[in-house]
Amino acid sequence: MNLTQFAKERYAEAAVRARPAGNRIRQRWTEFLVEGMIQLSGVSTIVIVALIFLFLLREGLPTFLDIPLRQLFGGRWYPIEGLYGLWPLIVGSLIVTVGAVVIAVPRGLTTAIYLGEIAPPWQREILKPLIEVLAGIPSIVLGFLGWVALAPIVQSLGAPTGLTALTGSLILAYMALPTIISISEDALYAVPKEYRDGALAIGATQWQTIWRVVLPAARSGLAMAIMLGIGRAIGETMAVMMVTGNAAFVPELGLDMPLSPVRTMTATIAAEMGEVAQGSQHYSVLFGIGIVLFVITFAINMLAGRLVGVTVRRKGGSV
Amino acid sequence: MQRRSRWAGGLLALVLVWAALSGCASSAAGDEPGTTARAIQNKGSDTLVNVALAWAEAYREVAPDVAIAVTGGGSGTGIASLINGTVDIANASRDINPDEIAAARASGIEPVEFAVAIDALAVIVHHDNPVDRLTLPQLADIYTRRITNWKDVGGHDAPIVLVSRESNSGTHVYFLEEVVRLGDPDNRDIFAAQTLMMPSSVGITSEVSRNVNAIGYDGLGYVTEEEKILAIARDDASPYVLPSIETAADGSYPLARFLYMITAGEPQGVIADYIDWILGPEGQAIVADLGFVPIGEG
Repeated sequence: MNLTQFAKERYAEAAVRARPAGNRIRQRWTEFLVEGMIQLSGVSTIVIVALIFLFLLREGLPTFLDIPLRQLFGGRWYPIEGLYGLWPLIVGSLIVTVGAVVIAVPRGLTTAIYLGEIAPPWQREILKPLIEVLAGIPSIVLGFLGWVALAPIVQSLGAPTGLTALTGSLILAYMALPTIISISEDALYAVPKEYRDGALAIGATQWQTIWRVVLPAARSGLAMAIMLGIGRAIGETMAVMMVTGNAAFVPELGLDMPLSPVRTMTATIAAEMGEVAQGSQHYSVLFGIGIVLFVITFAINMLAGRLVGVTVRRKGGSV
Repeated sequence: MQRRSRWAGGLLALVLVWAALSGCASSAAGDEPGTTARAIQNKGSDTLVNVALAWAEAYREVAPDVAIAVTGGGSGTGIASLINGTVDIANASRDINPDEIAAARASGIEPVEFAVAIDALAVIVHHDNPVDRLTLPQLADIYTRRITNWKDVGGHDAPIVLVSRESNSGTHVYFLEEVVRLGDPDNRDIFAAQTLMMPSSVGITSEVSRNVNAIGYDGLGYVTEEEKILAIARDDASPYVLPSIETAADGSYPLARFLYMITAGEPQGVIADYIDWILGPEGQAIVADLGFVPIGEG
């Protein structure tokens, strides 16, 4: 028992002695109540997630049983003719998301490094709230901006239309940026000051310190930031639906892939959910898309967990 | 949580008319005797939504105690809502299809269709596009990508960008049946996968007005000055005709169609009164005012 603990216990004893018995009982009661409430809200989150997953499975599983897999992963999505090929939708979501990650991750990390390591305090104080404002812009507003302002610019790059995967990626990148920046900045902040001091003391430049010491130390946090950014991007619906053109086809492999229109899984669910009769095949296929989306997101999270776990072990268990 | 968007055309347009005396209106379209306030839920076709709104507004003068809520979303959406029991009248820019009839009967609903107006479907391109007329077979080839370059139909050497409504739109289904399949029930052609699917009428007009290589289609009432309307011929031997109220009414324009209101069973009470009024002279005058063709002239 160390000294602080000892002092705390003496203080608690004194506090209890100073109060009448009724108070003590009430205190125990409130304690019990608060504890119960916290427990309930914690457990309910898990229960709700489990229920959502069960619901998805119940509504969507018939898809994978009723429709031959060859058709399901075939190339054509045209539900009013019973063509349920998910492949173009999966490819569409991947192109848009990968594009967003390629744009957002370098920018997000460099911004975080600048904010956390290089910028003088007065700049930080201006920039941080501004980045949080970016996080507060509703996605539909960004989508509208993309539709009105960004699409013509993308078209002038030589695309046949301005409504392309690239337009979607750009919008999503800006949507994911605040998440990536603030979480990676927190990760950098968590690196002990002694690391930097030590590096600088043995003669490293500031750049060497950041690149060789601070970034590796913050690696798990940075990976988390990137994964959460990807999560934000792959699940986004409205803005993407407005700017990607929603053409369900698989563009030819090549560098100009981002310049072709695509249809994402989320946009398909959003655009078609309202039209389907409950219990129809189309309805269950839309839930099937939900399952695919869930599995992909889950895989990304697992992967993130793995990456983080590996770095932690290598560093000897301290993050 | 994201809901489907129907920006502009479908922007959840609500017309609520509350009876002055009764405090609250029953949300079901019940026609129990004695109640003074009734609500009618009306949802569906984005083509019909502006007319439906105008009707609902004008009907306030006729029957102040009837509240009518009008929403867009597409014909398929409206019919699905009727089947799911959340609306009283579905608006549709196409016939209710056999699958939907079967689904409705399965939930104990016998859908009844009323043709309430005629619409001409305009095919539109950018003003800088030199093409100003096409035949239906040419359009079918364009939308199935048997023709992919404007030079094959008399335009510049440039790729054709196809623009369409989403497949839940009645306009989409009408175009599929009458243009892509040329009205042949055995033809199983479908839109090319590269077709851009727009969630609203405004999506189509805005893309066509800023993309010189785009081609799209929309109800005549939705086309603005920003787009060029093409003259359409049934085939090589037929005359090219521009869409208008007159050419749609006399049948010379090939892409004219009925717009419907669909009820669950024979309409009763306030719903029957409302539909009678729509089909009467007052309701049909509004149809003509908004650029559609009244029933009875066509």
